[in-house]
Amino acid sequence: MTEERLDVEMTVNGVPRGARVPARRLLSDFLRHDLGLTGTHVGCEHGVCGCCTVLLDGEPVRSCLMFAVGAAGHAVTTVEGLAAPGGSPSPVQRAFAECHALQCGFCTPGFLCTVTALLRDRPRPTDDEVMAGISGNLCRCTGYQNIVKAVHRASELMAEAE
Amino acid sequence: MKPPPFAYRAPRTLDEALAALAEYGADAKVLAGGQSLIPLLNMRLAAPAVIVDINRIGALDTVFVDATGVRIGALARQRRVERATDAARVQPLIGQALRHIAHPVIRVRGTVVGSLAHADPAAELPVVLAVLGGSVEVASAAGGRRAIPAAEFFAGALEPALRPGELAVGAFFPALGPRAGTAFAETARRHGDYGLAGVAAVVALDDDLRVAAARIGCLGVAATPFVLDLTDVLGHRPPDSCDWSAAAEHAKRAVRPEADIHAGGDYRRHLIGVLTERTLRAAAAAARDGVIDD
Ligand SMILES: Cc1cc2nc3c(=O)[nH]c(=O)nc-3n(C[C@@H](O)[C@H](O)[C@H](O)COP(=O)(O)OP(=O)(O)OC[C@H]3O[C@@H](n4cnc5c(N)ncnc54)[C@H](O)[C@@H]3O)c2cc1C
Ligand code: FES
Ligand code: FES
Repeated sequence: MTEERLDVEMTVNGVPRGARVPARRLLSDFLRHDLGLTGTHVGCEHGVCGCCTVLLDGEPVRSCLMFAVGAAGHAVTTVEGLAAPGGSPSPVQRAFAECHALQCGFCTPGFLCTVTALLRDRPRPTDDEVMAGISGNLCRCTGYQNIVKAVHRASELMAEAE
Repeated sequence: MKPPPFAYRAPRTLDEALAALAEYGADAKVLAGGQSLIPLLNMRLAAPAVIVDINRIGALDTVFVDATGVRIGALARQRRVERATDAARVQPLIGQALRHIAHPVIRVRGTVVGSLAHADPAAELPVVLAVLGGSVEVASAAGGRRAIPAAEFFAGALEPALRPGELAVGAFFPALGPRAGTAFAETARRHGDYGLAGVAAVVALDDDLRVAAARIGCLGVAATPFVLDLTDVLGHRPPDSCDWSAAAEHAKRAVRPEADIHAGGDYRRHLIGVLTERTLRAAAAAARDGVIDD
């Protein structure tokens, strides 16, 4: 059986992108393999680790639990799209670097996307809100303390920028 | 792993979706939020020939609230319902339970109706629908619409009473009555995991602020939501003089949880006792606070 292929087009990091893929292509694989955007990481492919989190129309979603065809016509932001157009890191990215909120970096793209959305909804989160917000992202290296610090630091950086 | 191949249909209207489901019958699977179905596909535990994706049917993305209750359309995401303050006023138990489902990012995609249709014995929302005596509205191309009461809808573990060709189009959660309160609690190994056991409680008081009705729904103790009426055990007393621990003991004796890799049966039974007392007290307090606020 030759598998049916569909033309899937979406806006990725502000740029119209497309590819011809089978319906079962996961959004995570579409981004990584079809579009070459390997910043989105894949750890578990069943929604548990959070590495593959991207923003879909601004809302954080697991790209391993969506088909690319389901995102057709929508706007996706990956870790490659978080920096300002000139390439200067976003407040969340700067805070992660400053606070040593990463070691191997495998989990980082998912954290950055999750935290970007979290701070947009709660610009001054409490510790509890930070913990609840990042509870769906696993990190095997840092022990999370520096990630929590980085979220608060990013919140400060965003407030200063205003 | 990657999902197995399937034919893909993405209807834009309810009629198109029902036509597709009628055409493919038992070969078709509905795709809603995908937060349960896609993991199953990725692990190759499911291999439907056809997927009918309902995500493009905007008309199903609804939350209607009135004095009788909350009516939630098949495409309303859990995150949206959790944030719906008007729904929380009419039936607070929905939001109280939603916060225990997975993580916020999963709830951005997952739907309320999809969780009911998945009918996982450890899931929160089926227990909420069952303890409230709500219903699921289903539609098919041939059979029109019918409402299935919660007590019939959850036929077995992962087994909703849906026939091939049927789509769950919405769910109805009845409103909280006057002088009533709710509470939800569960114990999970880690934040966001399915609970080992959980209890949803609804307590209503009479004009003299004595317990008029008390019901609990339990998750994780049977193949389907387990509902227990504790009104008589509590004996129509004011909350301050109720024997909550006797009610908890009664609930513990009523459940027969099985052991699995996550927890033993005895431990689950113990949890049901603890969580029953905790949620009954909290629901009664909420009922009384509601009266005082009014
Ligand atoms: C990491 C993780 C943790 C989770 N933790 C929890 C948890 O603690 N508690 C919990 O309850 N859930 C949990 N879930 C699952 C929950 O998030 C799902 O959202 C929910 O179970 C299914 O909703 P969905 O919209 O994603 O449905 P889908 O995954 O799209 O569908 C699930 C099933 O229901 C059927 N279906 C869906 N909609 C309809 C419809 N309208 N008519 C007929 N059939 C339909 C599908 O065919 C499929 O069989 C978790 C998921 C993940 C990934
Ligand atoms: S790869 Fe998507 S959550 Fe782990
Ligand atoms: S930095 Fe290594 S997993 Fe988080």
